[in-house]
Amino acid sequence: MTSLYNEVAADPGADTPTRRVSITVNGEQRTVDIEPRLLLAHLLRQGLGLTGTHTGCDTTNCGACTVLFDGRPIKSCTMLAVQADGHDVETVEGMATASELHPVQEGFKECHGLQCGFCTPGMMLASKALLERNPNPTEDDVRWALSGNLCRCTGYQNIVKSVLWAAEKMRAENGEEA
Amino acid sequence: MYPSRFAYEAPTSLAEAIAILDRSGGEAKILAGGQSLVPMLKLRFAAPGTLVDINNIPGLGEHWLDKDGTLHIGALVRHEDLEYSTVIADSHPTLAAAAELVADPIVRTRGTFVGSVCHADPQGDWAATMVASGGQIIAQGPNGRRAIDVREFVLGPFTNALAYNEIAVEAVIPPATGTAKGGYLKLERRVGDFATASVAVNLDMHGDTVHRAGCALAGVGGRTIDANDAINGALKGKTLTPENIEAAADAVAAMAEPRSDHRGSADYKRHIVKTFVSRILSNIAHSEQKAA
Ligand SMILES: Cc1cc2nc3c(=O)[nH]c(=O)nc-3n(C[C@H](O)[C@H](O)[C@H](O)COP(=O)(O)OP(=O)(O)OC[C@H]3O[C@@H](n4cnc5c(N)ncnc54)[C@H](O)[C@@H]3O)c2cc1C
Ligand code: FES
Ligand code: FES
Repeated sequence: MTSLYNEVAADPGADTPTRRVSITVNGEQRTVDIEPRLLLAHLLRQGLGLTGTHTGCDTTNCGACTVLFDGRPIKSCTMLAVQADGHDVETVEGMATASELHPVQEGFKECHGLQCGFCTPGMMLASKALLERNPNPTEDDVRWALSGNLCRCTGYQNIVKSVLWAAEKMRAENGEEA
Repeated sequence: MYPSRFAYEAPTSLAEAIAILDRSGGEAKILAGGQSLVPMLKLRFAAPGTLVDINNIPGLGEHWLDKDGTLHIGALVRHEDLEYSTVIADSHPTLAAAAELVADPIVRTRGTFVGSVCHADPQGDWAATMVASGGQIIAQGPNGRRAIDVREFVLGPFTNALAYNEIAVEAVIPPATGTAKGGYLKLERRVGDFATASVAVNLDMHGDTVHRAGCALAGVGGRTIDANDAINGALKGKTLTPENIEAAADAVAAMAEPRSDHRGSADYKRHIVKTFVSRILSNIAHSEQKAA
């Protein structure tokens, strides 16, 4: 896929105006000089090598490029990378720790919530945002919260099961801690 | 896809933003939620010389009711802020009903109410709710603020009444003088799609009598259709009897200017409008009966 990143490369040349921005990506501060027209999805994938963020439609419809922006889900193909200056971005690469999957990731594994996996990073981040707001969602709540994310494989059934599985696990974990 | 080259400005005050717009002489565009503008930039339907990102301007992200019940919506209030709002359900039921039907949940975290009204998409949900509810857009420019009646603000497809050096800083929507009742129904092919046809109805009820009725339509014309006079003519001073509801639905349906396209035939869309008007009004009539 063509993206600005491939065309202007990392060093856009002296006559192209760039802007220095600092973005916290998965907890790590990243400072880059970029053209303002670079999209966040392209910065993440080509610039920072975080290819877990997928671009499916590139037209704001499919949600494969969903990342968390200050904790809320956004479509990274529809935000300029410069807009993330000073903000917090979480991608799928930030979900697991070295030793442990996030309960949402575990849920997708346990309940067979993916087939080709293309929609999965976006689905999982949108699910994580849902569970942060609503730890005890109904099946309807899950379907509603994921209605901006399209899947061509699963028919959604197992995705919904995965999220409900994760919700239960997270409630149990939080109950144990309390 | 990516936009053509532009200069990017991220002012941190309204004064600074307005100065940039003023200097640009009409070559600049305001970036709010970006959920209409960024796709347009990527498709190169828009190629502004300068983009003025207003997301870093403090004080624009709140919505609140003032003492007399007037609703204020700042320029950076996102669709989802209204979806999860705890203040609008009783006072502004038409807006509350539309909030979860605008776009999809992820678009709703970024897109703004005011940006949507400014965008003046003939299929836009918020412009329809606002035309039905009445109210004003507050515009701020180099010479201060002015209030523009929303019926004179949404001028046509993708055209509003702002000058190139003005920012819409707030939407202001009046309260009912009696009890506010209203609804929003939207037919979409799938979640997140634009309206095939949608209807916003807003009533100011004095007891069981309609004091003022408002209505606007999206998706059934080349612009947001203002059906206020049609519905008010049929209902003002009357009660919500089946006959009056039928007359109102007919009057509103006659205002629609649908075109046949992949979303449906013109006749079908007009029929939807009529059905939605009577459904919203009947629901209100039933809830009144229950409350009595
Ligand atoms: C997949 C998808 C589905 C959608 N579905 C729907 C739908 O069902 N119903 C619906 O109504 N909308 C829908 N939208 C559009 C969405 O609601 C947009 O958020 C909205 O139309 C524009 O608001 P924004 O804040 O994103 O504005 P932007 O995209 O930032 O701006 C839009 C236009 O308004 C101008 N503008 C914005 N704010 C101001 C301001 N304060 N003062 C002056 N000018 C301003 C901009 O310069 C630009 O010309 C959809 C969008 C997508 C991507
Ligand atoms: S790639 Fe961003 S929504 Fe499809
Ligand atoms: S698993 Fe293939 S698109 Fe969802």
